[in-house]
Amino acid sequence: MAAVVRTLVGSATKLQWQPASVLCCRAVSTTMPAQDPAIPAPVSKPKGNQKVTMIPGDGIGPELMHSVKEVFKHALVPVDFEEIHVSEVQDWGQDHQDTVEKVIQSFERTGVGLKGTIHTPAWLQVGDLQSLNMDVRRRLDLFANVVRVKSMPGLKTRHHNLDFVIIREQTEGEYSSLEHESVDGVVESLKIITREKSQRIAKFAFDYATRHGREKVTAVHKANIMKMGDGMFLRCCEEVSKLYPRIKFENMIIDNCCMQLVSNPYQFDVMVMPNLYGNIVDNLAAGLVGGAGIVPGESYSHSYAVFETGARHPFAQAVGRNIANPTAMLMSAANMLKHMHLEYHGQMISDAVERVIKVGKVRTRDMGGYATTTDLTTAIIDNLHRGKFSNFA
Amino acid sequence: MASVLQKCSVLCRSLPASAAVKAFSRSTAPCASSLQTKDFHSGAAVYSQQLATVGASSKYGGRYTVTMIPGDGIGPELMAHVKDVFRYAGVPVDFEEVQITSQEGDDVAIENAITAIKRNGVALKGNIETPHDMSQALFKSRNVEVRVRLDLFANVLRCKTFPGLPSRHGDIDIVIIRENTEGEYTSLEHENVPGVVESYKIITAKNSERIARYAFEYAQRHGRKKVTAVHKANIMKMGDGLFLECCKKMSEEFPNIEYESMIIDNCSMQMVSRPQQFDVMVMPNLYGNIISNIGAGLVGGPGLVPGENIGQEYAVFETATRNTGKSIAGQNVANPTAMLLASALMLEHLGLDKYASLIENAVYKALADDKIRTPDLGGQHSTVDMVQTVVKEVEAQAAKL
Repeated sequence: MAAVVRTLVGSATKLQWQPASVLCCRAVSTTMPAQDPAIPAPVSKPKGNQKVTMIPGDGIGPELMHSVKEVFKHALVPVDFEEIHVSEVQDWGQDHQDTVEKVIQSFERTGVGLKGTIHTPAWLQVGDLQSLNMDVRRRLDLFANVVRVKSMPGLKTRHHNLDFVIIREQTEGEYSSLEHESVDGVVESLKIITREKSQRIAKFAFDYATRHGREKVTAVHKANIMKMGDGMFLRCCEEVSKLYPRIKFENMIIDNCCMQLVSNPYQFDVMVMPNLYGNIVDNLAAGLVGGAGIVPGESYSHSYAVFETGARHPFAQAVGRNIANPTAMLMSAANMLKHMHLEYHGQMISDAVERVIKVGKVRTRDMGGYATTTDLTTAIIDNLHRGKFSNFA
Repeated sequence: MASVLQKCSVLCRSLPASAAVKAFSRSTAPCASSLQTKDFHSGAAVYSQQLATVGASSKYGGRYTVTMIPGDGIGPELMAHVKDVFRYAGVPVDFEEVQITSQEGDDVAIENAITAIKRNGVALKGNIETPHDMSQALFKSRNVEVRVRLDLFANVLRCKTFPGLPSRHGDIDIVIIRENTEGEYTSLEHENVPGVVESYKIITAKNSERIARYAFEYAQRHGRKKVTAVHKANIMKMGDGLFLECCKKMSEEFPNIEYESMIIDNCSMQMVSRPQQFDVMVMPNLYGNIISNIGAGLVGGPGLVPGENIGQEYAVFETATRNTGKSIAGQNVANPTAMLLASALMLEHLGLDKYASLIENAVYKALADDKIRTPDLGGQHSTVDMVQTVVKEVEAQAAKL
């Protein structure tokens, strides 16, 4: 009997340990025997131009968009832009609801958009507490913000070979726009955390990790102080992680996380966090690999995807000086093309950008050079049809 | 799953001691593993309940992730073709591939596949080979396991005459709805005395009502006129009797839909002699298996007809007759029609109707206008010929979307 028990236990442990080895191989990787595709990859799939919404925004937004349009033109990207100008500063005092409505309708047609940052002046305290950025975000229900922090070869930074992803909940938390002054001189701001949205962002993070072959998700929180709010966020992440046995789950307190990010950022893979922490960590991480001009970002709802820069600043002091770095917006546009089934064109543009930065002859001021926005854009255009895309007709 | 296991343990207890020991000794390995999986699963079930607010879907930015289980035999090659067609149509779907094998003790793969479907909500699946020799008597079919664990209670199959394809009967349009989780497929079998085997066929009021409701609601949704319940209540008066009673009761809630019942043997005969009389048919598991094969045969064979397995939360799409086609695997002769149409049904389920009809129409056109005939339809065309024809049409039409 004892022998039977032992064999049973033995087989059980063996079975339990079996996953580890099997799980190591990536979820999305092809488990199918490799076959030659019956049909070669097409250049444009499907044929014909697709429509994309473009919101240039404030500050350097319009300049960056111009750069994107130039590059797209030279890369022969089959995309038409629906351009909508939205600004809180320039149309100050006007009713924005019409413009917002126009943005929403455009997204209903296209599903995909490229967006600059709309400036939210801090001095604007009249009327609605909600900024226009937030209004668009909430109307489209863009709940997940993704910033992929990846070192650019050739760019001198303190850390090299970084590659991690920051996923941020961006519809609730501290950004609820619920503030009031109960007694004169005492302000209460409400931070809202809901189970539904916490689970949604957690599932998004794990789905992202699955789709992109990542191995670990780290939840960032402050549940030691905000035991209920952040505590629930953390619990939701834990619950969702059970459905993803192949992906490792960890959690980290935000203060420690920031320290780890600047001392040993290599330990991170995919990070998921509530709104405000995400905002801070996004910017911190962008700084690690070269600043706001380098890192692309994207926001997702279930039906829409908006591509923007990773650190969202209008950079108003650079307007018209031709010094803005178009890298982040171009990389973001390339990511957008990949999302739209135009991998070929997306890859061509991101390769060209990377090549220019690696060579390092043309650099804007934030990268330590003297080149203008136009110089960098031209250099990228010159590099479009090089390398493996030289056979492009 | 948990209830089946419970039944299993009740069954073990009620067996004579010697038989129980015998059954146990034969099944040590699977039993140990199934215990482990049970624990795991009950945990997952709790979480999926809590996750109900989120829903089982991974659609972000308009793009879906769908689980793909290539299966055995011709499954992997057909899946590759589906991906080709999707790429040309510009379908916003990414596949997460998970392979399941029927090797004994390989419970990790099936767990992974099931959790993957739970995450994504939808799957496209090839069939998985089930070994059927006695040495693996207690081995449950992987296909059945997927269906039972995800509670995919309804198997829906639409047999419609393909325009332009020669067949013995014209003008057929039958929907076969089959109970998918219980009946003869409980995998509860044992040998009390050597040489005497008992198999349990389980019919429950809950599941019968559920499938009957699904059938009538399907009929109403799709503007169908008649529902036929297929049974063998003259012999299995209690089991099939219960099923029949549930169908009858349900029919009273849908007065605008005609209801009739038919015994399975007569039904099979009617199917091959005068199939035009049927509209929507609803039946328990095994009869459904047989009738769907007859139905698929009537309109042109297993290579043509798609099928869907629908549950409350999840949906798995596959070919109607679940064959692996092992004998023709890797020969470039399999008919991709069924799998392509299954993928179109999947797109319809996801709400991507325009892509669904794009692919569906291209497939019909290839068969009717371009007269592509793979060997199963008596022709000389290869799988790739068919796929290329479909791709050409899809590419031309996709630009107009």
